Amino acid sequence: MNWPRPSQISYRTLRVWQRNFSVYRRTWKISFLPPLLEPLLYILAFGVGLAVMVGELQYAGRPLSYTVFIAPALVSVAIMYNAFFETTYNSFVRMYWQKTYDALLATPLNLEEIILGEMLWAATKSVIAATLMGSVISLCGLFEYPGALLLIPIAALGGLLFAAFGMICTALVPGIEMFNLPIFLGVTPMFLFSGTFFPLENLPGWAQSLAQLLPLTHLVALVRGSALEFWSGSLWLSLLYLLAVTAILLPLAIALMVRRIVR
Amino acid sequence: MNILQVEALRKSYGELQAVKGISFAVRKGECFGLLGPNGAGKTTTIRMLYGYTPRDAGRLELFGLDIDRDIREIKRRIGICQQEDSLDPDLTVHDNLVGYARYFSIPRQQAERRAGELLDFFALKSRAADRISVLSGGLKRRLMLARALVNDPDLLILDEPTTGLDPQSRQLLWEKLSALKGRGLSILLTTHYMEEAERLCDRLVIVDHGEILVEGKPTLLVRERVGHSVLEVADPDQAVRDFLAREQCRVEDLGNRLLVYLDDGDQLFLKLTREVRTEGCTLRPAGLEDLFLKLTGRELRE
Repeated sequence: MNWPRPSQISYRTLRVWQRNFSVYRRTWKISFLPPLLEPLLYILAFGVGLAVMVGELQYAGRPLSYTVFIAPALVSVAIMYNAFFETTYNSFVRMYWQKTYDALLATPLNLEEIILGEMLWAATKSVIAATLMGSVISLCGLFEYPGALLLIPIAALGGLLFAAFGMICTALVPGIEMFNLPIFLGVTPMFLFSGTFFPLENLPGWAQSLAQLLPLTHLVALVRGSALEFWSGSLWLSLLYLLAVTAILLPLAIALMVRRIVR
Repeated sequence: MNILQVEALRKSYGELQAVKGISFAVRKGECFGLLGPNGAGKTTTIRMLYGYTPRDAGRLELFGLDIDRDIREIKRRIGICQQEDSLDPDLTVHDNLVGYARYFSIPRQQAERRAGELLDFFALKSRAADRISVLSGGLKRRLMLARALVNDPDLLILDEPTTGLDPQSRQLLWEKLSALKGRGLSILLTTHYMEEAERLCDRLVIVDHGEILVEGKPTLLVRERVGHSVLEVADPDQAVRDFLAREQCRVEDLGNRLLVYLDDGDQLFLKLTREVRTEGCTLRPAGLEDLFLKLTGRELRE
């Protein structure tokens, strides 16, 4: 396997991003709906339906309503989903059925740039989703400012991480139906056990340690910490963890895709 | 000057040697054909030319530039029409061209102008706003070809451009390719349609099992290797076979059909039809297909 070299990456990477952006722009009215409406549905279901049963909870030594507790988690999950589903299903379709990469390889672009461009685009989708959702949630008065503004760079980092994770899956699956496996084994457990819908402290000790390995745990911690302005030193560790995982997964995703496509 | 120089090009996939040391050159302004049955190594060769497939050994030079050193510059100057449809289904006909120009860093205005010219040339103007999914196979091919020309390439590479097209679309595409050739564009073409090669190619190679079998001008190759004309006899009986044996000519026996390769005139044909039998006997000029089948055999591939 050949690791990508920085010299292989040029400004042309942005052309791939541009291509996906042009396509997105054609359907933006539909693409904008889920991130705008989803938080409202969740807040309605959890905030009105479930919160009555849960009541207030203690988080970082402060009382917190359940709705406020899960609002940042909704944004975090959206960051994960938008990037992951872009570089799995959507990238797979472009690679396998639409032959988009084949077409691009006949131009001055190289494969490393194409894959990186795809991941940058997926991260952009995460940023768009986080911004839209964050705006709706802010209108409900659940986020604190200026802390919540940090969601934008955090979404970019989290988006890149999960874009790389998705791209690695794309590089490894034999067929598109096999994405069920990483979703079932990776994405869904993260969705449930990353301090999203209940504090990690509710879990037994061993499970808490396991949860600390999940990237979404740290993304949720950062998003919640920033959006609710719960500042603590451990946020730096979460940031460091996300940066380190991204720094490994991003080049790995490129290398594995090159291994898959070049023959 | 040679636009493309291929020397001792090799590629293996595990045990399978797909390309076993191919060498050829394409001159400026000519149309060069790469002919061969399915699985002969044509597409693998083409893909190595633009770095899609890394080669195992051999030298590749385009426009005097080495592919290892100047791949970007080379790719900027070639137009590639791949075998499989790789049009962007998310974009319209027009945006497929303008969007593709962006990958070559062609300024927007210039790209628009170029797209307009190409839509005109390939009679696609009325379909400019259409989505790809509503286009017929022939229209898609035309657009693929137009897209390959968006960067105004110095070499056009076509991988089986007319496979699967109806005769009308094929004729139109050939016309357009002839016109491009007339403007001095260098073309490298792979095909297994002999009519296509005869019509378009100035020179060609026939490859099989990853090796070049012959190289030259199509008409000369046919004359040298096959002959002047071919006498076909359908459902030959013993009398015909005896007659041909007496005449000592080159006969290929396909069981229910005999092919007789003739170097000159129609004497033998006249003699056969006068003395032995008329029905089922036809005389036709020898063609590239005769040469192709002679070299690559008649058994089915794949």
